[in-house]
Amino acid sequence: MLQYTFRRLLLAIPVLVGILVVTFFLARAIPGDPCKSILGEKATVEACERFNRANGLDQPVPVQFAIYMGNVLRGDFGDSIRFSRPVMTILIERLPLTLELGIFAIIIATIIGIPAGVISAVRQNSWVDVTTMVGANIGVSMPVFWLGLMLAYVFALLLKDTPLWLPPSGRLTAGLSAMPYYEYYEWGITTDSRSYNFFEFFANLYIFNSIITLNWDVLKDAIRHLILPATALSTIPLSIIARMTRSSMLEVLRQDYVRTARAKGLMERFVILKHAFRNALLPIVTIIGLQMGTLFAGAILTETIFSLAGVGRMLFEAITARDFPIVQSFTVVIAIGYVMVNLLVDLSYVFIDPRIRLD
Amino acid sequence: MTTTSADPAALKAAQRNYRSNSLWRLTLRRILKQRSAIFGLVILGFIIVVALAAPILAPYDPEQSLIGIEDIRKRAAPCIYLLGCPRDQPQHFMGVDGNVRDVFSRIIYGARVSLLVGFGAVTFAIFMGTVLGAIAGYAGGWLDNVIMRFMDVLLAFPALLLAIAIIMVLGRGLQNALLAIAIVSIPIYARVIRAGVLSVKETEYVEASQALGANHFSILFQRILPNALPPLIVQGTLGIATAILDTAALSFIGLGAQPPTPEWGTMLGSERNQVFSAPHLVFFPGIAIMVTVLGFNLLGDGLRDALDPRLSQSGK
Repeated sequence: MLQYTFRRLLLAIPVLVGILVVTFFLARAIPGDPCKSILGEKATVEACERFNRANGLDQPVPVQFAIYMGNVLRGDFGDSIRFSRPVMTILIERLPLTLELGIFAIIIATIIGIPAGVISAVRQNSWVDVTTMVGANIGVSMPVFWLGLMLAYVFALLLKDTPLWLPPSGRLTAGLSAMPYYEYYEWGITTDSRSYNFFEFFANLYIFNSIITLNWDVLKDAIRHLILPATALSTIPLSIIARMTRSSMLEVLRQDYVRTARAKGLMERFVILKHAFRNALLPIVTIIGLQMGTLFAGAILTETIFSLAGVGRMLFEAITARDFPIVQSFTVVIAIGYVMVNLLVDLSYVFIDPRIRLD
Repeated sequence: MTTTSADPAALKAAQRNYRSNSLWRLTLRRILKQRSAIFGLVILGFIIVVALAAPILAPYDPEQSLIGIEDIRKRAAPCIYLLGCPRDQPQHFMGVDGNVRDVFSRIIYGARVSLLVGFGAVTFAIFMGTVLGAIAGYAGGWLDNVIMRFMDVLLAFPALLLAIAIIMVLGRGLQNALLAIAIVSIPIYARVIRAGVLSVKETEYVEASQALGANHFSILFQRILPNALPPLIVQGTLGIATAILDTAALSFIGLGAQPPTPEWGTMLGSERNQVFSAPHLVFFPGIAIMVTVLGFNLLGDGLRDALDPRLSQSGK
């Protein structure tokens, strides 16, 4: 198992290097001068020269690439051209939001999608099945940005002054703020501490932070703000998970061992959950892992609609503003995340199906 | 059948009969048995008719502002006489947008743009994917490795993100958005074709062609590719759905079709801040996108069940 994990990590290296190369040269291929797009169209030649020197843009492209690779290996992502701040700091501010959003969305998709798929399969061709499958087909066909806007319209405007009202933008209601857990417990972590970034990252996970500091008002508010964007983001994965669960269950329910289990006189619920579902789980887990890419593409759109300062929107803005360091490092981080999720999915096979030997 | 008789007319009839049971006929019959495929075909037929007959169906010019032509506010809500709107007011089935253009006419013309983009992007992607996948599968060895590893790298990016980056290189606009989406989806087709090539490369009929001295090119196109076609058709149909959805998303964030082109994503994007005051400007384009994409998805699912039962997701 360990050996397999290690081998998979090694195999991921060429792909990651490929990603670095593609991102680097794609970012360089974007026409237009970063100097002009940051300092403005009227920037003087001298100002641009100074700017290029400060950002290493006066070096030949291969040298820039070598420097960049060296820095990345040391975990140094450089400074954002647009904000003149370390990319790492920006990542630590923005990534937690996108993570929360993505995890929330995948939880919604899983806890609705899997039961819906199981019930559809068990009651094949019943009205539950037909409704679920029609719903799933519509779900995969719906533009995320449209659903987001419509949800905002219904829940923030039409249901205003009702208990169902939900906020259409932001992470927390204005005026509400969460004290970072390390300040709450007086751990003495300051901005110049060496491990500040690490602690700050978790403090920016508002849900995590408010649970740790027992701040229920903030927790409730943070969750309320997440419901609409996460729902919009979850529709496509939800539909795909429901469809996959249904077809996987249908396949398993036809197997001999399920008939045997029934013939033994086991309770139907027991047969479905213990004998059938467990064996149907493999493709379902695979498809959940594969949804990470969809989630990220969706995050670009959902974060834009719900005015959330997350990684997706930041990356989109960085591409349009030609902020190379941000584009490169954010893309790399996302790609690493993608590779990791796929590895985790493969490793989880061993727990789901003990017959599988990864080595 | 009367093949035993020497009557030439009967023989011909038998031949016709035989031909009518050809693979294509059989496939078509199987497709028409799929409820979702029929439903998808009906939706798509409707949208294709709308797109073709747009000049007849649309009551207004999709790009012309009605300022000074009609007495109407900008972003006016839908007004239909039958639903209680006064008859003396201008009748706009889906209201008018921020530039006082008839939304209904723009939605109708939008069908042309979306269908064109969907077919265009997928055709290009299939062409490139076929070339790359066929070379990789047929040649094997290091060439296969290089091509497929590059495809892996492309797949490691979220599709929309890569498309955005490509558009930033090529420049904004519908044509470049189409190209970007096509490039992003090449790996899928390359994989499908490569798998198809690998599965038939070692078969006896291909070996026989080789033994007969057929060149690589004709073996590839006459023996191998036709067998890889069914999964390609399925993937292509589903790919059109994705392409339409992604183009709409790109246009929504301002990178695809530029105003005043009546593209559904652009229409939605340019009025998205008005969702609270004029929801109809967001609602209708979204429904149009959804129905079109649904049509292709249903047809694609039906085709998959009909052409390749092993890949079936519906499990029937």
